Amino acid sequence: MSGSRPTPSTTIPASFAATRGWTRRNMLIASGLGLGGAALLGGCGGGDSSGSGASAEPGAVRFGVNEARGSGPAFQRNEAMANAYAAAQGVEVTLNAVDHNTFQESINTYLQGTPDDVFTWFAGYRMSQFAENGLISDVSDLWPVDGMGEAFQQASTAPDGNQYFMPAGYYPWAVFYRKSVFEENGWTAPESADDFDALLQDMDGKGITPFAFAAKDAWAPMGTFDILNMRLNGYDFHMQLTKGEQAWDSPEVRQVFERWAQLLPYHQQNALGRTWQEAATSMANGDCGMYLLGTFVVDGVADVADDLDFFTFPALDDTIGNDALDAPIDGFCVAAGSDNQAAAKAFLQFLGTAEAADAANSEADAPMIAANSNASTEAYGALQKKSAEVVQQASSIAQFLDRDTNADLANTVITAALQDFIRTPDRIDEITTSIQQQAQSILGTS
Amino acid sequence: MSTNTAPAPVEPETPPTNKHAGGTGVLNRKRGTIATVVMAVLAFVWLFPLLWAVYNSFRDYSYTQANGYLSFGGWTLGNYEEAWTRGQFSRTLLNSLYITVPAVLLTLFLSSLVAFVLARFSYRFNLTLLGVFLAANLLPPQALLIPVFRMFRDIPLPSFLSDTGTMLNSFTALVLVNTAFQMGFCAFVLSNYMKTIPHDIYESAELDGASVWRQYWQLTMPLVRPALAALATLQTTWIYNEFFWATVLISRGDKFPVTSALNNLRGQFFADTNLVAAGSVIVALPVIIVFFVLQKQFVSGLTLGSTKG
Amino acid sequence: MSVDTAQPTKDDARTTRRKPRRRSTKDRLVIATMIAVPTALVVWLVWLPALASVGLSFTRWNGFRLENIEWVGTQNYRDITTIYPPFWPAIQHNLIWLVFLFVFPTVLGMLLAVVLDREMRGSRFYQTAFYLPVVLSLALVGFIWQLFYSTDQGLINEVFGTRIDWYGDPDINLWAVLVATAWRHTGYIMLIYLAGLKGVDGSLREAAAVDGANEVKTFFNIIFPVMRPINLIVLVIVVIESLRAFDLVWIVNKGRNGLELISALVSQNVIGEATRFGFGSALAVIMMVISSVFITVYLRIVFTQDQEEK
Repeated sequence: MSGSRPTPSTTIPASFAATRGWTRRNMLIASGLGLGGAALLGGCGGGDSSGSGASAEPGAVRFGVNEARGSGPAFQRNEAMANAYAAAQGVEVTLNAVDHNTFQESINTYLQGTPDDVFTWFAGYRMSQFAENGLISDVSDLWPVDGMGEAFQQASTAPDGNQYFMPAGYYPWAVFYRKSVFEENGWTAPESADDFDALLQDMDGKGITPFAFAAKDAWAPMGTFDILNMRLNGYDFHMQLTKGEQAWDSPEVRQVFERWAQLLPYHQQNALGRTWQEAATSMANGDCGMYLLGTFVVDGVADVADDLDFFTFPALDDTIGNDALDAPIDGFCVAAGSDNQAAAKAFLQFLGTAEAADAANSEADAPMIAANSNASTEAYGALQKKSAEVVQQASSIAQFLDRDTNADLANTVITAALQDFIRTPDRIDEITTSIQQQAQSILGTS
Repeated sequence: MSTNTAPAPVEPETPPTNKHAGGTGVLNRKRGTIATVVMAVLAFVWLFPLLWAVYNSFRDYSYTQANGYLSFGGWTLGNYEEAWTRGQFSRTLLNSLYITVPAVLLTLFLSSLVAFVLARFSYRFNLTLLGVFLAANLLPPQALLIPVFRMFRDIPLPSFLSDTGTMLNSFTALVLVNTAFQMGFCAFVLSNYMKTIPHDIYESAELDGASVWRQYWQLTMPLVRPALAALATLQTTWIYNEFFWATVLISRGDKFPVTSALNNLRGQFFADTNLVAAGSVIVALPVIIVFFVLQKQFVSGLTLGSTKG
Repeated sequence: MSVDTAQPTKDDARTTRRKPRRRSTKDRLVIATMIAVPTALVVWLVWLPALASVGLSFTRWNGFRLENIEWVGTQNYRDITTIYPPFWPAIQHNLIWLVFLFVFPTVLGMLLAVVLDREMRGSRFYQTAFYLPVVLSLALVGFIWQLFYSTDQGLINEVFGTRIDWYGDPDINLWAVLVATAWRHTGYIMLIYLAGLKGVDGSLREAAAVDGANEVKTFFNIIFPVMRPINLIVLVIVVIESLRAFDLVWIVNKGRNGLELISALVSQNVIGEATRFGFGSALAVIMMVISSVFITVYLRIVFTQDQEEK
């Protein structure tokens, strides 16, 4: 549908822009020459931020945000970036703010219908799936992005080798705890599997449930699966599994579930009816000692945010170590269904800049780390600084089970299977066999 | 003959109405007391969840967190203020109005056409026709999502009906979908009701040369007004409360009806139960008001042609 | 009464009786339009999509490009019944839902109607109390009951000092949800029966009372049979509500973990990022087939009733 629509990108040959080094000044001249009317209105904002995109031209854009207006820091960050862009370019950015749940549930109909020009999205399979189906636009002419390394470019690349994504920030999954609670009890972050076991025993002995745990949101327990799989079978196996190159009923996967079953008694009971916010509260009020979650946990326990600290999940197998972790990247895509591609790309390009990251960061105290390495870290809190360190030290980074895996498999099979396992941990064989059968049916492998 | 029989029913009718009031109609004292107590208790049980929601909607979240919900105090209007702005109720309530009113009117109009034909004439296809409408009412909307979505996406609409240019994201789409789904029930109820209208009326109207349209519009419609009022109330609550189609056919934050506004309050990162309680009260109020205003028509109208037996 | 006026025009009446077969062109056009417009709407938005869903149920399709539709025969149906774990629990839950609605809220609603039909003090108030939940959406009902059921903040656990996870524990959450549904459903049934009872001719009741029949007998022998059309409506409503039950479980936990219902399974497969449209359509078709059994039974009742009247 969108393919037949002439887009303004055809007005400037990509090669031309690439060789010339497309600066704001050039752009003004170009627009003055009639190459793009929209740019004439913009461009009066100062700054030396370079625009290297061939087809990117500032103009009014519509921006789809997966958070409801007034729902908290995540919305504020997006709003701040939109405002910064509007102020700098003198163009209008119209926010279409939809609450997170509704946004996720209607994403397919949204993208196939009348989507906004730019919308918030995630790296990984979730992005590739839309790229393969022509729902998001190729933005490889915006890459490489100043301040973003190879890893981010990789994460923005679909299987066809082109980039379809602009990272904004990321956050690691780690084990969170309250410093004061650990100090009181003389606990320290475990360095080894033995330390870890001892810590669990000690907490349990003192009547504190070691792990807060919630599985009402079906994605939440995936974090535990990911980290156990990466610790027991390594990053490579984990990624192969998510790509469907390893079997879900393999001895390796069963081993993960067996280890998890051993750990379950150290987790909060009744996890299936609990939201992660409630679990975070249990950790905050001292009922539970630790909570394995993304750094967004601080949004759930803002009152004790200053008292929070975290450690990466310790090694369970010394030959594998603990230098792999989940650190999902959030960012933006241009909807292929938008008939405003040039302006959309210009906005997308801005969203990847340090300037945008700074705007977001100064507006809302959020647990993300900016993807752009040129972004100022002055406004970072202690948790953000530590997050950045931890992720930089990690040798391998996974997105998250439901971001790395085929969406059909993740959303209709694995979610239910993990909840099933938490309910009846003694049915590992049955559950893994069932996942594999359905995976074969969905992925068409046999 | 008729002059003799006419007063006849009047005579025995008076004593029974007295009896109905003073005899079997009212339970004897002991059983009456038991019934009253049981009813009072049950009514309280039934009202309690609503009262509890209203009660907590006026309380501060941090107060209830600190003191538990079984406490008294922490009064605030803040939940309503915040719910109103965050739920964008000034807009979503209007959106719901734009969807509900046309959908209810269209549903009643179209289903009364079908019901009239079903009740007035006995064509061979009547039963099939009723089946087509009634079964449509029973089909699961989830089953039809994909085809409906694809159709709507590809149907252009003039800009005064949809500012996105297609049926997606337009109120028109929601009005039509809701109408298509609700017509079955209305046609069924209305045709049952219309069947109680004595056939003689139509025959004398035809003698007077009344066209089919006049028989429908000037004869039948005024007679079924109670049923229409009852159905209007029912349909208003149903369509107002509908949230499946609104979620999948609308993807613009400024077009969502009030049912989705509640989701805005359940932020991804924070669950303030008292705030959502306040939002729930706001969402519930319009239909509760409609119910109280139309209560009388409602009860009388829902007789739904039961005198027919 | 009409006999007087009819007298002189008896011959005309005879001719008009034949008229229905020979209506004016305009009248026939009007009748055709009256049927055609609503039918077109319902065929377009319900029946054509339903047919399309049946077609899709034999394919694998991710919903994006039409040329990607891949014919897989009955594989979806085989997968659903053999290797899709939530399917059989969902069937079971739908049946439990149906039986529960018939046994508890429907019977209770009927009893309430019979009692409140009396000239009882405060009858109107009680009616309102029972009916009020009906005007709320099921999503709203789900939330309001969350205030009671929540493990950590719910009223029930706070009062009894328990830590029961009413919405989360797969052994009890279906019943917790059913109680919430019953809360809404009872008033609905009550009101419909109440309206039905008002339509019962008072003299019938009196006749029975004179015969010395007690109230239970009066109800079952006299009133219940008279309310046949109402009973039918109630039957249809209960079946509709239990087959389409969706909103409440979707709000609670998206129909997982003890709350599987067919409607929720369909949604899980086609809403959000999951794009198993063939598979989801197959589930939907199963749902339609079950519905059509009830629809057929129902239409048969209507049909026989019509026959009896003639």
